[in-house]
Amino acid sequence: MSTPAQPLVPSVASPLVRAHDLAKTFDVSAPWLNRVIERKPRALLHAVDGVGFEIARGQTLALVGESGCGKSTVARLLVGLYAPTRGGFTFDGQDAHATFQGKEAHATFQGKEARALRRRIQMIFQDPYASLNPRWRVADIVGEPLREHGLVTGKAALEARVDELLTCVGLSPQDMAKYPHQFSGGQRQRISIARALATAPEFLVCDEPTSALDVSVQAQVLNLMKDLQRKQGLTYLFISHNLAVVRHVSDQVGVMYLGRLVELADKRTLFSQPRHPYTRMLLDAIPKMHDTGRARTPVQGEVPNPLDPPPGCAFNPRCPHANARCRAERPALHDAGTGTRVACHAVQEGRL
Amino acid sequence: MKNTLYRWFDSDVGHSLRASPLAIGAACVAAVCVFCALFAGWVAPHNPFDLATLELSDARLPPAWSPEGSAKYLLGTDDQGRDILSALIYGTRISLIVGLAGVALSLVIGVALGLLAGATGGWVDGLVMRVCDVVSSFPAILVALLIAGVARALYPDAPEGIAFGVLILAIAFAGSNGWVQYARTVRASTMVERGKEYVQAARVTGVPPARIMFRHILPNVTGPVTVLATIQVATAIITEATLSFLGVGAPPTSPSLGTLIRVGNDYLFSGEWWITVFPGIMLVLIALSVNLLGDWLRDALNPRLR
Amino acid sequence: MALLEVQNLVVEFPTRRGVLRALDGVSFAIAPGEILGVVGESGAGKSLTGASIIGLLEPPGRIAAGQILLEGERIDHLSHAQLRRIRGRRIGAIFQDPLTSLNPLYTVGQQLVETIQTHLPVSAAEARQRAVQLLKDTGIPAAEQRIGHYPHQFSGGMRQRVVIALALAAEPQLIVADEPTTALDVSIQAQIIQLLKSICKTRGAAVMLITHDMGVIAETCDRVAVMYAGRIAEIGPVHAVINHPAHPYTVGLMAAIPDMESERDALYQIDGAMPRLDAIPQGCAFNPRCPRGFQARCRTERPGLIAAGATQAACWLHDPASGVTA
Repeated sequence: MSTPAQPLVPSVASPLVRAHDLAKTFDVSAPWLNRVIERKPRALLHAVDGVGFEIARGQTLALVGESGCGKSTVARLLVGLYAPTRGGFTFDGQDAHATFQGKEAHATFQGKEARALRRRIQMIFQDPYASLNPRWRVADIVGEPLREHGLVTGKAALEARVDELLTCVGLSPQDMAKYPHQFSGGQRQRISIARALATAPEFLVCDEPTSALDVSVQAQVLNLMKDLQRKQGLTYLFISHNLAVVRHVSDQVGVMYLGRLVELADKRTLFSQPRHPYTRMLLDAIPKMHDTGRARTPVQGEVPNPLDPPPGCAFNPRCPHANARCRAERPALHDAGTGTRVACHAVQEGRL
Repeated sequence: MKNTLYRWFDSDVGHSLRASPLAIGAACVAAVCVFCALFAGWVAPHNPFDLATLELSDARLPPAWSPEGSAKYLLGTDDQGRDILSALIYGTRISLIVGLAGVALSLVIGVALGLLAGATGGWVDGLVMRVCDVVSSFPAILVALLIAGVARALYPDAPEGIAFGVLILAIAFAGSNGWVQYARTVRASTMVERGKEYVQAARVTGVPPARIMFRHILPNVTGPVTVLATIQVATAIITEATLSFLGVGAPPTSPSLGTLIRVGNDYLFSGEWWITVFPGIMLVLIALSVNLLGDWLRDALNPRLR
Repeated sequence: MALLEVQNLVVEFPTRRGVLRALDGVSFAIAPGEILGVVGESGAGKSLTGASIIGLLEPPGRIAAGQILLEGERIDHLSHAQLRRIRGRRIGAIFQDPLTSLNPLYTVGQQLVETIQTHLPVSAAEARQRAVQLLKDTGIPAAEQRIGHYPHQFSGGMRQRVVIALALAAEPQLIVADEPTTALDVSIQAQIIQLLKSICKTRGAAVMLITHDMGVIAETCDRVAVMYAGRIAEIGPVHAVINHPAHPYTVGLMAAIPDMESERDALYQIDGAMPRLDAIPQGCAFNPRCPRGFQARCRTERPGLIAAGATQAACWLHDPASGVTA
């Protein structure tokens, strides 16, 4: 492998990835003519609204939340598929979005720096069926990043490297000549992982990589990912809605709600002592396999419409501890001790 | 090569072909027509364009099975002594070439514009779609007639190549039978494919947008277009025949089936029916077989019907 | 007497490459008011089982052998007209996607009233009253107003509640729910599970809950059947199957699920994958992947369901004649 061995002891002083005040707003207004005729206002979707976190080298940060919380948008912001409306993130000290040139649909970059950045950050997607081009052979799919960045020259060298990558993820080199439809979901996800590893990246963004897989296949893929992380010193941003999976793979966990981070903590702390009411509700809502019989009261209500978020704290309509301040003022992420950061007035005021 | 052929034969599409006698029949007829057209020089018993071999005394002979017919001219002769069968074979060649070329041009323009519109979005998309709307609002044959007729009026003595070029252009722009339908279909498919994750993966890797369009998206949007194109060959051949019948199509020196029908039309009422009927039958045969092939292909490729 | 009894159900799909057996001898029973879970991975055949029971098997699939008995009467060979009378009135169905389960062009009230009036001899006014009551029972606030709303005006969780109301409208004895919570968020999932449990207990309806999520099964069901490659691998009371699984596949499955209580470095993984329908091994379908495969019998003879402690497992390990302690 060409990557130098990364120290596995996290050095928080210089994290690999540092996001600050990341925000992304989508304009989902009706077309201009409709707005004029029907007098509709502009509709803006604040998919991500001020998210900041740090990931140390070799560690995994998991972002959890329900649908509409913005975690997938954060993932896409971190790989340059979207440009942030506000804020940004630094990668290994350099301002990533300035390097990406901040252009939303731009995949061409001028400058060697941008290309170098694209080599070091890669992504794994959720749907194993849509993430591989059905008309391309596996060899071409896995080899594309290599050809694009000119990492190998010559057909033989390309084949050898694809060979190596496929073996690395547990597939056989003969699979190179096949088409994606000849593989199962789990195998396709492995091909996606092989493609992501082609450029020897340091940071992998994984958007719900096992959500579409069966339990036994999920176990295989998660074990593979953990294995690769240990061997190659990879850093992961792991997006998921499944808290049990998150508990298995992550070091740090961030809980998102309506585009904001409500709690950010070390994994053990979050699962044993959740502070934010939403985190508590989420943990309580997970069906437990082994200690049922305990009556649970699921929290009522649903996630509000992201186009029209409640004023103040986004969780206040459903929160049993909400007071007037919660309904007016939006809480910031503050340090609550024990390495946890929580965005909650009740916690800050000591009510919880 | 052999391996691919066998694999295709054994695939679902191959099986579907074998299961449908109509499709096999249509395929055979089309194959015979194509073969004749390709090897016209060897298949046709005479060369109807070689003025030296024509004998005026043999003019207007009925088909061979009639009492006055002669075995030398199986389907009879026209007013200048040309063998109908040979004229038919050469005419088929012209019709097929023009039809296929017309569809090919439509494809190139339509797919390119559709890809551009679908992949770029925004005002480019809007512009292309409005152009499509305008073009398709004219009746197909009228546009073709306009292009071919005006060209003929302006340059009555244009060389053959130009005349054919104009004809092919007319077919490609023939309203909603031309490039417009490919553009719309490809645009819709492109917009679907653009949202898929393999395209996003390519963007994350840093592949330039043009390469994504042609190497990733294009191979995935050609499916519905193939079916359309096959069926449209029949329409293109008929459009060309119509134009030739109206006098603005293939030049009389290289008559297509339409021209033959037109020429023979004048003799219909004097009893020499064979001069127009046989080219007519040939036209129907080709158009029908290609159309049936296209229909079968559409059903074969539709996964829901299997 | 059992409410629903499935005996040796065989479902086949004729293809040009031969006949594929998607379900091979599935047998189980559901008692009145009981909640039975059917769990398995994709391709195991659990959705097909549900579809066969409701009579919604898509051609060319067909029931090749076996019987389905509802309160003692056979329902698997009925005509379409007869099936339509049963569907809704005696068996209700809930599917995975609440968005496509409701007709977008009709209000929720219209769909409920239509279902009620099709199966029950009541007047329009009474049907509407029942509809409002149903919406209230399923926890939809302001039911009187919302009955006139269209499906797109409800959120995902609310829509699934409407679908449950629709399934219960004609007061069926059995509800077949195919992945009812898979498309929902975790917090909504918890609400819907609780709703399903309570409303079925109050109305005395039995439920056949099909899902791949073991956690949902643990919370909701009384008994569970684990399916593998078109056969039932294990069936029994839910806590027995989860905490003391007898079949090696169930053991592997339980160990592979990451759970909230224990922390492990690597999840247990069952190597290989479920066999494709055209390549099901002879004998026990699980034998190529089984860590406990111990006899030639596993490779040649297919085991039936054998009593194994509190559950029944299709595994030769539990055959008292095999002389092996499981």
